Amino acid sequence: MRVEEISTWVEDARKAFTSAVDLDSLKLARLAHAGDKSPIALASRGLGALAPEEKASLGKLIGDAKSAIAQALADATAVLEAERDRKVLLEEVVDVTLPVNRAHRGGLHPISIIKNEISDFFIEQGFAVEEGPELESGWLNFDALNIPADHPARTMQDTFFIEPIESGMVLRTHTSPVQIRTMLTQQPPIYVVCPGRTFRADELDATHSPVFHQVEGLVIDKDITMAHLKGTLDNFARHMFGPDVTTRLRPSFFPFTEPSAEVDIFFNNRWIEWGGCGMVNPKVLVACGIDTDVYGGFAFGMGLERTLMVRHGITDMHDIVEGDLRFTRQFGVGL
Amino acid sequence: MRAPLSWIKEFVEIPVSVTPEEISDALIRVGFEVEEIIKQGEDLTGPLKFAKVLTVEEITEFKKPIRYVGLDCGDGQTRYVICGATNFEVGDVVVAALPGAVLPGDFNIGARETYGKTSNGMICSARELGISDEHSGIMVFGANEVTIGDDAIERLQVNDVIFDIAVNPDRGYALSIRGVAREVAGSLGLKFTDPVNELRTLKFEKSGVGVTAKIADKSSASVFYLRTLSNFDPTAATPLWMRRRIEKMGMRSISLVVDITNYVMLELGQPLHAFDRSKIQGGLTIKRAGKPQKFVTLDGQERELDPDDLMVWDDAQPLALAGTMGGLSSEITETTTDIALEAVHFCPVCIAKNSRRHRLSSEASRRLERSVDPSLAEFASARFVQLLTEHSSATHVATEIDGEPIYAPVVTIDPTYISRILGFYVPAQQVAQVLRIVGCDVDEKTFAVDPPSWRADLLTAADFAEEVARMIGYDKIPSILPPRPLHASLTSTQKRRRAIATMLASRGLAEVQTFPFTNQATIDAMGFVGERAATYKVANPMSEEFPLMRVHLVPGLIEVAQRNISRGAKDFAIFEMGSIFRSSQQLSSAISPDLSKRPDQKVIDEIFASVPSQGYHVAGLLVGKVENENWAGKARAYNWQDAIAIAEDVLSLCHVGWSVARSDLAPWHPGRCAELIVNGKAVAHAGELHPRVVSAYGLPERSVAFAVALSALPDSQLVRPSTVGTMPAAVQDVALIVNADVSAAAVESALRDGAGDLLESITLFDRYDKIGDGKISLAFTLVFRAADRTLTGEEVSAMREAATAVAEVKCGAVVRTA
Repeated sequence: MRVEEISTWVEDARKAFTSAVDLDSLKLARLAHAGDKSPIALASRGLGALAPEEKASLGKLIGDAKSAIAQALADATAVLEAERDRKVLLEEVVDVTLPVNRAHRGGLHPISIIKNEISDFFIEQGFAVEEGPELESGWLNFDALNIPADHPARTMQDTFFIEPIESGMVLRTHTSPVQIRTMLTQQPPIYVVCPGRTFRADELDATHSPVFHQVEGLVIDKDITMAHLKGTLDNFARHMFGPDVTTRLRPSFFPFTEPSAEVDIFFNNRWIEWGGCGMVNPKVLVACGIDTDVYGGFAFGMGLERTLMVRHGITDMHDIVEGDLRFTRQFGVGL
Repeated sequence: MRAPLSWIKEFVEIPVSVTPEEISDALIRVGFEVEEIIKQGEDLTGPLKFAKVLTVEEITEFKKPIRYVGLDCGDGQTRYVICGATNFEVGDVVVAALPGAVLPGDFNIGARETYGKTSNGMICSARELGISDEHSGIMVFGANEVTIGDDAIERLQVNDVIFDIAVNPDRGYALSIRGVAREVAGSLGLKFTDPVNELRTLKFEKSGVGVTAKIADKSSASVFYLRTLSNFDPTAATPLWMRRRIEKMGMRSISLVVDITNYVMLELGQPLHAFDRSKIQGGLTIKRAGKPQKFVTLDGQERELDPDDLMVWDDAQPLALAGTMGGLSSEITETTTDIALEAVHFCPVCIAKNSRRHRLSSEASRRLERSVDPSLAEFASARFVQLLTEHSSATHVATEIDGEPIYAPVVTIDPTYISRILGFYVPAQQVAQVLRIVGCDVDEKTFAVDPPSWRADLLTAADFAEEVARMIGYDKIPSILPPRPLHASLTSTQKRRRAIATMLASRGLAEVQTFPFTNQATIDAMGFVGERAATYKVANPMSEEFPLMRVHLVPGLIEVAQRNISRGAKDFAIFEMGSIFRSSQQLSSAISPDLSKRPDQKVIDEIFASVPSQGYHVAGLLVGKVENENWAGKARAYNWQDAIAIAEDVLSLCHVGWSVARSDLAPWHPGRCAELIVNGKAVAHAGELHPRVVSAYGLPERSVAFAVALSALPDSQLVRPSTVGTMPAAVQDVALIVNADVSAAAVESALRDGAGDLLESITLFDRYDKIGDGKISLAFTLVFRAADRTLTGEEVSAMREAATAVAEVKCGAVVRTA
């Protein structure tokens, strides 16, 4: 074996590898130039018979040559594998634009979504979320809210009564009885919102439904003023309708607040009636045992359907109550 | 409440520079919602003349009657026009629009050929002029009411602005021009002249014996003025200006006497009622009906009186449903010459009850139930006498009075309270000034405030705070956030409900919200019985079709599914969360404690307990295929397993453990319904709907449903996870042969019992029911793992054998050998 032969083997292997056209021919080249019977392998095996000094010098040369051949093989393999992948995977191409989602699309009802959104907003403001029964005591729904029997205010709200009438049970006409329940069971300071389903004997049409939802807020604390009411409503309105919305309070009448106001929002270039509000009538506080010398408060209430319709440009209440999936699914799980 | 600007201006000096929009804004600012500003006459141009009918030629060859009418329009010639109305005759005076006139709706009047004639103008109805909805015929006037050839636009005061105002229940005084005018003046800072001022000085001579007035029950009325007049000539006509004002208020002119009662009511707010004196036997008394009896009101309706109805009686019988509607027997007729005019300050609640019991809301009751200025019984009745004697031959006979007006008490307020409530500083002097504008007398030293006679609603400091705020302007209130608690969070129940809804939505179910009403037919069709069928009934349901409160969520889901199917949907899944109303308890009589203080805790507890508990459920309905079918192939249909799986997911999300058992509860298929049991109580049901329900409601065959009683679930416990073992697992498969009626759950449970603590998981991987002989094979994979060592083959075999031994004892299972 001559030393110069070794470099020829490397050179031959390199040529053979780079000229292989595919992985199969490369395999043949590998057997020839790096296989057990290749010259380099034979030379390597023959090292054992050599004298120690020759073994050391030749061994080094052969070792280097084996590395060079292995490297050349790896390079060629990488090139050819990449080429094969390109070809083969190309044959496996699919039309990824095919409609692939067969799952039914679920979603929350938009009233649930807006209820969650409002609850979350007020939770962040430090208000708790209180709920109460829909079939409710008349005393909690009316009397305790300073709406005595036979007062015109009582007829303002077309009430569904439950038989027997003497039970005084009604389908709550607003979520205000939850405020009374809260004041009867908790000590001030009270900061709560009460979202929920309410009932009034209105025919279902484009803007009314006999079954609808409200959210009411109640704050009872020391030194609460109408300015706090205005601030809370402004904040709430901006959250619901965007930073540019403006609010307006208009004097109004509710038996459970005094002074009372309607709250309007200026949205989409017009004034829209949004809800009612006012300072909690001291008569209501007295009936709930809250010391009016120490505490006062405010309350407000809005219709969720109305809020939803105004904000999202929904023009027909039927869409909200009918449960047509084509409507509901558009909302997903968030607005 | 309507209010014409021309009438308001009688009591307020409004500069011409103030626009109707500014007046509307001023009303809104002080709490009167202006629903519409009607600009009458804005789209009307003359010439519009009063014309006398000279000749009438009936043209009969057309489908409808047509008249060719000769008119004298005051210009010395006869003008001929075609007219389709027939409610006039020769000699009548009508309104004619002459060529060149433009009527509302951009209707140009010109000379034109029609019905074979030349029509040189048009005879007008009130509606064609846009001054009322009256269109049963053309307007006809008496010959001496107007002058032929006069400009009708001016004489009819067509050009006017009418504000249509929503009046809140606490502001009954504003159901009058007097009240609205005062608010306009107050809001704009203009001078207001109270029309009552000049009435205070009116005195009428007594010239005979009048009808006596008596209030039998002092709690039903405070003051009763009864003015008797005679010598009335019933042919006397209502002056045109009065008639026009009444029409502008949306009412109709009837006769002079009735028109004046209405006019005075509109002007001052006090309802009046005129009786034909000749029909009265003896005197008039305000008292209850006392016993059930029949009574015919002015509208011709026979009504069954309630003993509690407040009536105006004569000595023999009731003559009027007090403050609500007069009786037919004593009404003013075309022959009435003697009149008894009633003006009473009734107790508002009495009138509200009258009105509600008879479902009769009249102009009078609407005012009286909101409380009318008690001083007006005197002044409004005086105004009636003034107007009737001025416009007819009637003379005052006598005035009888019972009772006296009762006014709201003087209230002493702390002016600083106002600032404290409003959130900005209002000097005491300004408080006093504003309260004077609304009519209060204020002693600035003591701040004793005497509210005006028309404000029975001003009783507390809060009431005065509102008056101050609205007159200063709510827009002056600053916007400040209140001090708030630092932290709040949803309750665990609220969080749980939300998580369930979101999970179901992500699983492809769409949430619906249905009306919680049902009916007996639905309850029966579902197969609900016993306490699951008992519910509460709405006394006044929207429709007799749905008078009951729902007892279950599934029927509502079926209704929504039907609707979606009818609109073309085939495969879908929906769910609803909400209350159901099974009548868990008998409703007791209403508990209505006094409101002057917090009720005793016992009473509060009783009120809370009187409200029946209303279970909160979630339910779902799955119809058709589990997926939308498309190019990729068919999809399988929803089956009972899907429903049970979702119900299990709900429980699993709530971190409660459960066991499954077969159930035959309605409305499910008796052989394909699972109940999920938590703490010994069935809290959820799921499976295939009963085939009878499916077919009755036209749902796709084998539709499935689940329902979970969320309010029956225990609270979630804090999750305390077991440590995750990292030693190798040993997997063992066992196949067991059992009788076909042995449930998989029972076998699994027995294996668990026998396998011991090192059993990590157990999975049923095969179920084979083709063995015959009433047997089935169930094959399970058992995975064992120890926390601290690799299990040996012997150990694992022993555990497997222990497991199958228990299954053998409990379920009669025989190990299947290969």
